[in-house]
Amino acid sequence: MIINHPLLGPRDAQEFTYLGDASLISRPDAQDDNAAEKFHDYLYLRDNPAGLHRELWFHESGDRSWLVVTRNTVTHEITDVQLARDVARKEGRSK
Amino acid sequence: MRYSGFKVIKEALTGHKGWTPQWRDPEPQSHYDFVIIGGGGHGLATAYYLAKEFGESRIAVLEKGWIGGGNVGRNTTIIRSNYLLDGNEPFYEFSLKLWEGLEQDFNYNAMVSQRGILNLVHTDAQRDAARRRGNAMILNGSDAELLDVEGVRKLYPFLNFDNARFPIKGGLLHRRGGTVRHDAVAWGYARGADMRGVDIIQNCEVTGFKIEDGTCLGVETTRGYIGAGKVGVSVAGSSSRVMEKAGMRLPMESHVLQAFVSEGLKPVLPGVITYGAGHFYCSQSDKGGLVFGGDIDGYNSYAQRGNMPVIEDVAEGGISLIPALGRVRLLRAWGGIMDMSMDGSPIIDKTHIDGLYFNGGWCYGGFKATPAAGWCFAHLLKTDTPHDTATAYRFDRFRTGHMIDEKGQGAQPNLH
Repeated sequence: MIINHPLLGPRDAQEFTYLGDASLISRPDAQDDNAAEKFHDYLYLRDNPAGLHRELWFHESGDRSWLVVTRNTVTHEITDVQLARDVARKEGRSK
Repeated sequence: MRYSGFKVIKEALTGHKGWTPQWRDPEPQSHYDFVIIGGGGHGLATAYYLAKEFGESRIAVLEKGWIGGGNVGRNTTIIRSNYLLDGNEPFYEFSLKLWEGLEQDFNYNAMVSQRGILNLVHTDAQRDAARRRGNAMILNGSDAELLDVEGVRKLYPFLNFDNARFPIKGGLLHRRGGTVRHDAVAWGYARGADMRGVDIIQNCEVTGFKIEDGTCLGVETTRGYIGAGKVGVSVAGSSSRVMEKAGMRLPMESHVLQAFVSEGLKPVLPGVITYGAGHFYCSQSDKGGLVFGGDIDGYNSYAQRGNMPVIEDVAEGGISLIPALGRVRLLRAWGGIMDMSMDGSPIIDKTHIDGLYFNGGWCYGGFKATPAAGWCFAHLLKTDTPHDTATAYRFDRFRTGHMIDEKGQGAQPNLH
């Protein structure tokens, strides 16, 4: 697979390490009433779709940036790549 | 029809006209006591043991394609009982004991071959870990033998013993482990179940569940609605997709695992060997091909095919262990979809919906578990209580902190 890095252009997926579903960016608030339940869901449960999947890749052998890659899990086709930093900021996170 | 040596000779002398189909092709009925979703090894074994051991007869197995077309026909055929943790080892030992009697039990030649599995060690720390594992296995009724380097050399003189980085220091030999003809397992269970009245319904994909007031009443399928007293889901890599139809999110990711077979060779590899310094394991099939595999590709996938980097990695591991592999040509490579659970261990449990039961999360270790998984799932379906050897395989273990983390890698499916 080739991941089209927003800063570096097309790079071989071999340079990257995979983490999983991009929902891992949205960490629950530890102060919430039912935080334990939310952390259980956050840490262990996955949508695991057959089709488009937003997922986190780390450019370990490159510029060490985190990316949010939209990839089809049935065909392995990659349709969108963004810096995870930009995605997190859009969601109101500081970094 | 019972198979026997006498029957083979009789048919040979009468032109092989007396063989009949091994199972029927029935139309689905409107209601069954038990509906098993998934006609793979686990689903068929579940139906077989429900009928044979638990005395049920109104059972259907629903399969979206053809039986045995998924992971039961895509694995590297290894059976073993060499786990470490208490939640696991009694279960896998139960499974290996069932393998040992399986062919007589279902009257089918599954070519169970207990040719021994050797896990190599390359460091002193690995030897300590192997000794500990061996002791855990023996305590649970399995067998283990710690070999020194001369012991390994006697069995496999052609390994790369003096590798500068990963010299072979010995190995843990599990003599009762081995290989099985995997398709024959599916066929044997299918035939045995069919003989006891189980309807095996192929080309029948489940499209939804009928759930009212928290009770599962049946399944919608591409061949119409089928009512059910109890529904058992046993669909391996498709677990998340099927359970989503019941509104459940699972502690699982689906990943692709590749396997490989070489051209046919004369007998060179009498048992199964696993490399302790890289992820590589290898055995030789009865046709002569070297069957080997390595890591999962490491990203979510439903594609049933992998990518080149892992093929390269497996080949590197193989050649660093068995240099002679460099002269062997690769014949085929394929991929299967693994339902990777968050701690690397399976789930055989009730769901929060009455009448809906789940068996899955086997990661890349489901084949060796087939007989016991079928037995324990049948036990759960029939009695609503877990089998003694499967009490740890619960849905709620992530919530309560009772994970069975055999590899010590936590909730990171891509690392297991």
